[in-house]
Amino acid sequence: MEDIKLMKGNEVLAYAAIRCGADGYFGYPITPQSEVLETLTELRPWETTGMVVLQAESEVASINMVYGGASAGKRVMTSTSSPGLSLMCEGLSYLAGAELPCVVIDVSRGGPGLGTIQASQADYFQVVKGGGHGDYRTPVLAPNSVQEMNDFVELAFDLAFKYLNPVVILADGVIGQMMEKVKLSPQKPRRTEAQIRKECPWAALGKGSERKARNIVTSCYIDPETMERHNRKLQEKYDRMERDEVRCEEIETADAEYILVAYGVSSRICAKVVEDARSEGLRVGLIRPITLFPFPAGAIRRAVERGVRGFLSVELSMGQMIEDVRSAAGDARLPVRHFGRTGGIIHSPREVYDALKRLMTETGGLQ
Amino acid sequence: MMTEQTLLLDPAGTEAEKVHGRPRLLLDATMHYCPGCSHGTVHRLVAEAIDELEAEEQAIGITPVGCAAFLYNYIDIDWVQASHGRAPSVATAMKRLCPDKLVFTYQGDGDLAAIGTAEAIHAANRGDNIAIIFINNAIYGMTGGQMAPTTLLGMKTATTPMGRDAALNGYPFKVADMLTLLDGVTYVARQSVDTPAHVRQAKKSIKKAFDNSIHNRGFSFVEIVATCNSGWKMPPVAANRWMEENMHAVYPLGELKDLAAQKAAQE
Repeated sequence: MEDIKLMKGNEVLAYAAIRCGADGYFGYPITPQSEVLETLTELRPWETTGMVVLQAESEVASINMVYGGASAGKRVMTSTSSPGLSLMCEGLSYLAGAELPCVVIDVSRGGPGLGTIQASQADYFQVVKGGGHGDYRTPVLAPNSVQEMNDFVELAFDLAFKYLNPVVILADGVIGQMMEKVKLSPQKPRRTEAQIRKECPWAALGKGSERKARNIVTSCYIDPETMERHNRKLQEKYDRMERDEVRCEEIETADAEYILVAYGVSSRICAKVVEDARSEGLRVGLIRPITLFPFPAGAIRRAVERGVRGFLSVELSMGQMIEDVRSAAGDARLPVRHFGRTGGIIHSPREVYDALKRLMTETGGLQ
Repeated sequence: MMTEQTLLLDPAGTEAEKVHGRPRLLLDATMHYCPGCSHGTVHRLVAEAIDELEAEEQAIGITPVGCAAFLYNYIDIDWVQASHGRAPSVATAMKRLCPDKLVFTYQGDGDLAAIGTAEAIHAANRGDNIAIIFINNAIYGMTGGQMAPTTLLGMKTATTPMGRDAALNGYPFKVADMLTLLDGVTYVARQSVDTPAHVRQAKKSIKKAFDNSIHNRGFSFVEIVATCNSGWKMPPVAANRWMEENMHAVYPLGELKDLAAQKAAQE
C-alpha cells in the first residue's frame, strides 16, 4: 500500500532519513529547518531502526560528528540553514578532502549576517562553488517540491557513497515549510557492520578480526607531490560528476524563444509564468537545474544552438546562478538577465512575467 | 651490517632474558618529534594500554591538529584525522554509532583547551563514552612556540615575549579540574611522564580511561603534563626539571575523579 501523507518539507526530510536506512543524524536547531531534528526526536528511530539522533552544541560540532560517523562508513547526515552552513564549511572541506560520504541539507534563509529567517536562495555561491577552503566540489541537489524533499535524501546518499563525497541538498525556507502531498519511501534496513566492512573497506571501524592493515582517514598530505596527486584524483571525480550526474527539467523549451532559468521555489513560480506566457501565445520555456553542481550547462547550450533570444535567471538573490547561465550560454552578445527578490520576499508570477516582457521588448522579441 | 630489525643483543642461546622491548602496536617508524619531547613516551603508553586491554581490533583513535597530527604513523590501529579542536565531536559520533569500540582522542593544549574547548566540554557533559588523552605542555609546539591557554604566568613564548601577563592574557587554564565538576564525567586524572614512577601512573590512568570507553562507563580524561623543549628553548633534562618545579605546582598530579567502580556496579 502506498504511504501518502500531507506533510511539511522539513518533516519529510526526517521521515526520508529514517526510511532510507540512515545510521545517524547530528544537528543544531536553526530556523527555518528546526522541524527536521524535532521530527526525528519525536519519531525515536533509535528504538526501531537503531538510527542515532543527536542534538549537538553547534553546527561546528554537528558537521564534525558527521565527519566521525562518515569515517566509520556510516550513512550520516545533518541539516541546517544559511548561518549554520557557514559554520559547517570548514567541516565540508575536510569531508571532501578525506573523501567521506555524507548528506548535508541547507534549508536556506536570507542573509548576509543574521539576515532574516525568511526563505532565500542566496547561498548559491557558498554551496555550489565550494564554501570551504581548497579545491573541492560537492554535488548539489535542489528540490522544488515536498516529494523531492523525500526522494532526494536517498538519492543524495547514493551519490555520496558512489563518489565518496559530501552531497548537499540545497532547499529553501519555502520548500522546507510548505505542506504538500508526498508519497513516502518504503523502509529500508540499515547496513550491518559486516556489510559496511565489505562495501567501505576504507572505513575506520577498528581492524576487526580479518583486516591486518590499519585504516587511516585523513585529508593531510604534507608531501607536495602526493598532495597534487590527491587533488588530481579529486578533480577526476568532479569531472565524472559533470559528465554523469547532471539532472535538469525542461518545460516547453523545444520551440522557446526566451527561457527562464530557475531552481527550487523560484522554478515553481516560473512554471506558472511559462503557462501564462504560453496562453498569450509567447514562446517561453523553463530550464530547471535539479543539480546545481554539476550545472546543466548542456541544456543551456542546446537552447542557444536552437536560436533562443534570451535567458532570464530568476533567483531569490541578487543574482548568483546567473554567472553559470552566462558561462554556459557562452555568447557575450546573447542577453542573459537576472530577476530576483530578497529579504524573504518571494517574487510573484506577475512580477517575473513583467521582467520577462521587459527583456523581450528590449531585445526585439515582443512588439 | 645492522638493520633496524637486528637486536643489539639477541637473548636466544644466551642466559639473558628479554624483559623489555618495543610494544607490539608501536610501529617501527622514525618519530618526527624533537629529542626530549614527551609525545614519544605517551605514544608508547597508548600502544601498550591498547595491547594489554586486547583492544587492537576495536580501537579507533582520533588525531588532532598540532605536533601529534601524525600519531597515525606510529601506532598500528585505525585512525581518523580531525580538524583543529573537533576531535571530541568526531569521537562522539564514532562511539555512538559503534558502541562496542574503543574510541579515544589525543589532543594538545592548543587543540583542546583553545579552539576546541566547546567540543571537549560538551562531549564531557554529555557523558560520551570516549577517552581523551590531553597533552599539556603549556605551549603551541607545531606553530613555533606561541602562548597556549595553559601557559604559566610569566612564561615567555613567541606571543608573550615579556612573559604571560594575567591582565592581558588571563590565567593558566585548568581544564582537568573544571571537567571534574561535570556529571557526565567518570574519570579525570592528571599525570606526567618525567620519572619511571610517573610513567607507570600515567599508563595506569590511560588504561583506566580506555577501559571505561570499552565498557561504556562515561567520559574519561587523562591530562599529561608534558615538556616541549623546542618551544621552551631548553635541553631535555632542564625541560624536565623546569616542568617539575613550575608546571607540577600549577597542575598537580593525581587522580582527580574516579567513578568507574560506581558505574561498573550500576551495570
